[in-house]
Amino acid sequence: MQYMLLIHSSEDGWNALTEAEQGEMYAAYGTFTQALRDKGAFVAGDQLAGASDATTVRVRDGETLITDGPFAETKEQLGGYYLIEAESLDEAIEWAARIPGARYGTIEVRPLVMQSAEVAG
Amino acid sequence: MQDAFAQALERWPRTGIPGRPGAWIQTVARNAAIDRIRRARTLDRKAELLARAEAAEEEDVDTLPDERLALIFTCCHPALAVDAQVALTLQAVGGLTAAEVARAFLVPEPTMAQRLVRAKRKIRAAGIPFRVPPDHLLPDRITAALATLYLIFNAGYGPPVRDELCDEAIRLGKLLAVLMPDEPEALGLAALMLLHDARRDARRGETLVLLEDQDSSLWDPARIGEGRRLLDRALRLRRPGPYQLQAAIASLHLEDETDWPQIAALYGELAARKPSPVVELNRAVAVAMADGPEAGLELIDRIDLPGYYLVHSARADLLRRLGRDDEAAAEYARALALDPSEQERVFLSERLRSLRGRDRPISA
Repeated sequence: MQYMLLIHSSEDGWNALTEAEQGEMYAAYGTFTQALRDKGAFVAGDQLAGASDATTVRVRDGETLITDGPFAETKEQLGGYYLIEAESLDEAIEWAARIPGARYGTIEVRPLVMQSAEVAG
Repeated sequence: MQDAFAQALERWPRTGIPGRPGAWIQTVARNAAIDRIRRARTLDRKAELLARAEAAEEEDVDTLPDERLALIFTCCHPALAVDAQVALTLQAVGGLTAAEVARAFLVPEPTMAQRLVRAKRKIRAAGIPFRVPPDHLLPDRITAALATLYLIFNAGYGPPVRDELCDEAIRLGKLLAVLMPDEPEALGLAALMLLHDARRDARRGETLVLLEDQDSSLWDPARIGEGRRLLDRALRLRRPGPYQLQAAIASLHLEDETDWPQIAALYGELAARKPSPVVELNRAVAVAMADGPEAGLELIDRIDLPGYYLVHSARADLLRRLGRDDEAAAEYARALALDPSEQERVFLSERLRSLRGRDRPISA
């Protein structure tokens, strides 16, 4: 199955890190990504620009409404993601727990629907 | 937790009889003697275990024991909401219908049906595996499964008592203990539930029936015996844990004379492994029984559990025993204001009334 691991964390926390600390964090992410690749579990993964660069789009009655900012103004924001291949939720949870951001933020694990349809069928 | 609440009330000290310091040691010695006898009957025991495993299998002929174990772990997966774990376990492992589960939890049937459907959908869609978890995950998952079973038992333990939930939790607990014979906490939980449940008939009533007021002739000797056997087996594995400690405490409460110092010590051990204000409250009550109400009060005053009526009712009782009736009455009133269950309310009101009818302090 494929799982999306959504990395939510406080941007303030990230910005408060020194350059050296941010460097360590990037290195930790690099190591984690490599571990995923080594196991053939990596499908995709990226860091997102800050929520202040987000634009929100809705269409209502045929009209496109565009607003500045993220979907929801919350303390923790979606900051990045991994799309992984895992055998079960347990395995996905184990990968999620190894994401460096899990130590200070929150990882949301979401299975992809196409895959679950296969399992159901 | 519900159970710990009820227990704290039941263990409520009143008469201040000092326990026999050596009782636990005697129990251990007695158990050792039983051990020796039992070793001589190892063959019988193996036959009994086998018979029990077979009996369990007959209940569900088309699943192997391992599959039943996998089913328990799937239903108790921590990715499911706790109420969903409970409902699913009762339905899928316990064989209850959705209507029965709904009735047991006083939830409308459509609500329960929807909860079950949602849980099963999540198992499928999220890829919750149907298996006995691998070794590195097993300790956490056993804890989760045991917690779910204990939750079912507590829901049935009341007050009021709901027989079908108690029976089902015990059946599942024993099943888990048979399927995982080397897991001391599984044995410990089964023992704990049996030892609590042995007093089921003595606990029924319009008001809360305190342990000390219970008619011990209503206690079920078969359940006590089975609970103690399972506890002995758990203790022999020499890996103590919270359920075994609680079972040991429950076992001591079923002795003719309560060994409060030993109970206080076991609560201390429990608090060290699994700290919680409720355990501290129980410990304070046991200490009050062992060393006097002042010692208990001192511990209770350190507990940080605002708005919890049992803290107030326990304080009230200790103050009453110290003859500080006015303070006691105020604490009973505080406990009553915190919305306890109906049976507990009746009990607390009676206590308050009798206190007000008292002309002068009576020392305990």
